[in-house]
Amino acid sequence: MKKNKDSIRTPLGRARGLGSSKEGTHHWWMQRVTSIALLPLSLYWLFQLKHITETDHGDFTAWLHQPVNGIAAVLFIIASFYHAMLGVQVIIEDYVHGEGAKIVTLLLNKLAFFTAGAVCIFAVLYINFAPVAQAGN
Amino acid sequence: MSTNNRPLSPHIQVYRWQFTMVLSILHRATGAGLALGALLMAWWLMAAVTGVGAFAQFHEFTHSLIGQLMLAGWVWAFVFHFLNGIRHLVWDTGRGFTIKGASRSGQAVFLLSLIGTALVWVAA
Repeated sequence: MKKNKDSIRTPLGRARGLGSSKEGTHHWWMQRVTSIALLPLSLYWLFQLKHITETDHGDFTAWLHQPVNGIAAVLFIIASFYHAMLGVQVIIEDYVHGEGAKIVTLLLNKLAFFTAGAVCIFAVLYINFAPVAQAGN
Repeated sequence: MSTNNRPLSPHIQVYRWQFTMVLSILHRATGAGLALGALLMAWWLMAAVTGVGAFAQFHEFTHSLIGQLMLAGWVWAFVFHFLNGIRHLVWDTGRGFTIKGASRSGQAVFLLSLIGTALVWVAA
């Protein structure tokens, strides 16, 4: 800031374009979009909880093999991981103060949720595209 | 311009705890818990890809005491975050912002989250 001391630019002119005003609305809006998408999608999963926790491997893969369940799974994964990533980002921005630590944790947050989301989608597609007989192996 | 010596505004420790404050921080806490749960979902789905043995291991874990406690906590966190999320979406439309309204909807959300969790647990 020292070199700006003698600048004739106004404080507003210097601050404009910095800070959260660059993308705050998009963050807020996508949080709403994903939350509304998750209302039906997450309820679907809640009602299918039995198929998730109370089955053996063969029954579970057979259940996931049905197209409607596979599609619901992929949609749920996209919406929930996006939503979780946005939420954790706000928590980091609120509590991690050092500039370096903040950038590293924000980066890790994005990478972790994108990676885990890709792993989940891969797993669902893998089971869906495997022949039914093999899916039970 | 130094930002280090500015006066700080009073933080939460000077305020009397109120129910709506508890719900507000619970929304964040349950959200963080659910985010962790979402990462565990990757383990569960990859177990299903790996095969019968890995899936059985996961099944064994979810049916252990710790697994069941985690699952119960996760279900409550989900139901609460779901209902309180709807409360937030209603606020986004500009409704329910009175002190009385926020307290009432908060109490309703908390009560319904307990009932909802019990219902899910009995059904599943």
